[in-house]
Amino acid sequence: MIKSAPTDYRFTAPRSLGAVFGRLKNTGPLFWIMPAGLCVLLIFGYSIIDLVQQSFKYQGDWVGFENFNLVLTDPLFQTAIFHNFLLLFTVPILATLSFLCAVLLFETRKGMKFYRSAVFLPYILPIPVVGVVFGQLLQLNGALNSALRAMGFESLALDWLGDPGQALWTMSAIIIWKEVGFGTILILARLISLPLETLEAARIDGAGFFRLHLQVTLPQLRSVILFYIINEAIVMVSWVFNYVYVMTNGQGGPGNATVVSELYIYRSAFQNKAPELAATAALLLLMATLIFIVGFFRIQSKANKGALDE
Amino acid sequence: MSKQHRVLEKAGITSRQLILILITAMALVPGYLMLTGSLKTQKDFLNSPWSLPLHPNFDGYKAAWNDQFPTWFRNSLFVTLLAVLLTITMAATAAWGFAHWKWKGRDFVLGVLISLMVVPPVVLLIPLFTLGAKLGWISTFRMLILVYIGLMLPFSIYLLTNFFKAIPVSLTEAAEIDGATDFRTFRSIVLPLSGPPLITLTVVNLLWVWNELLLALVFLQSDDKKTLMVGITGFQSRYSLSIPTIMAGMTIATIPLLVTYLFGQRYFITGLTAGSVKGE
Repeated sequence: MIKSAPTDYRFTAPRSLGAVFGRLKNTGPLFWIMPAGLCVLLIFGYSIIDLVQQSFKYQGDWVGFENFNLVLTDPLFQTAIFHNFLLLFTVPILATLSFLCAVLLFETRKGMKFYRSAVFLPYILPIPVVGVVFGQLLQLNGALNSALRAMGFESLALDWLGDPGQALWTMSAIIIWKEVGFGTILILARLISLPLETLEAARIDGAGFFRLHLQVTLPQLRSVILFYIINEAIVMVSWVFNYVYVMTNGQGGPGNATVVSELYIYRSAFQNKAPELAATAALLLLMATLIFIVGFFRIQSKANKGALDE
Repeated sequence: MSKQHRVLEKAGITSRQLILILITAMALVPGYLMLTGSLKTQKDFLNSPWSLPLHPNFDGYKAAWNDQFPTWFRNSLFVTLLAVLLTITMAATAAWGFAHWKWKGRDFVLGVLISLMVVPPVVLLIPLFTLGAKLGWISTFRMLILVYIGLMLPFSIYLLTNFFKAIPVSLTEAAEIDGATDFRTFRSIVLPLSGPPLITLTVVNLLWVWNELLLALVFLQSDDKKTLMVGITGFQSRYSLSIPTIMAGMTIATIPLLVTYLFGQRYFITGLTAGSVKGE
């Protein structure tokens, strides 16, 4: 008696996920990349193509460069771009402060881990939380001003967020407060991985603290600092929405004192119901970021080559 | 070393220590005011914002943890965990496809992927919103999770590919000679070796999704679907007369993140130095 005739073969459901994959012997890379690849194509590929299309249309009709004309001549857009440009001035400040903090941490034996965690903490806090807390501290009668007044610096107690001439600079200070930890950690990690010999040799030759770090350490940190600078430049041009939105209730106020390009896009699309203009502004922003992306890409591929050579 | 020299060096060390203490204080001050403020009454806070809460008062927490706060918290937890889990799974398989096989155009595709890491989300906002509206997916978690996955994938794939490339070929070849399928090699050889980078990615991505505001704001419009970050931005105007309530809300929103950070600090730092990470 034949126990299992070939005709008896029934498709049995695989018992586990492993069994499903077990049937696939030689899969090839496409099989593995497909799920992620499709997702990336949808989120980035589709979006960017659709963005370009939308920016040449108005309510479905082709209008050529009309949207670009409207956006570029819109005084609010010009103001927004100018504010992003002003925010770029925080980048050299951030790079300098990060370098100083990293060197200080590097030179400290006692309590280095504690200081490092503390300096880094602002970077991981959610911007909505940071925005709301600073928003409270910086009120005209908030904690900061009450402390300043108590110490007798009455004239320094400004209307940090309410004064249109002051608000953007206050915002910059908060961004610096938050972002400096990132640079510090980045630079410190590189600093620790540097060969100690050159540093020790310079120290024995009698180089003081400042000379040592400016002439021996700094040149060796060039690529990581450059990476940080490009990264922060991208942040200032296209990742500051959260700060502005939270601290000004989505208005970019007082007046238009803190409107940035991202808020312009958000407001055009969702408050003024002009998605075409928003798409156009977004495309312009993407092109501006592209300049930085090229720089970013070149550093990245250089670093990759270096890693492979090792 | 001369005596004068030594004194100078001591002074240098002390002054550096002092600067560090000052920097640390500046980094911690808002957190201090948030935490102490959440335990005070409105009157105490206005009178002396800097003092310690000698008589801790939990009314702020009670008020903050009312109506929708628990819902927002749950939404955030759900979106964050699911998005991160799916991202890591998809990124790990894709990275294996990049690392294990050499194929034409691989380095180019990887290069494009790397440059996608810096595309700002605001650029993708309008097309994705139009798409979501067409599908009827606005105010659904699946839309937001899909967008989050897409945005996290480039960095995740990049980091894991670099790690997988460093796994000795001899290990995987031995398994293949023994007749192991691709899936088996991946599961029994590659994954067990990849603990640290997988934890790094989990920590980095958890923090990013938890903190994300712009996309959650746009894609989740109905009140019961809001994430915590969207919810607390509206908190300010809603409880403008009770600063302790606001501070308590902020404290609750920070706690999960702080726990993740404290446990995963080492991994988080590895992740940051491995490439660029967007903290927001």
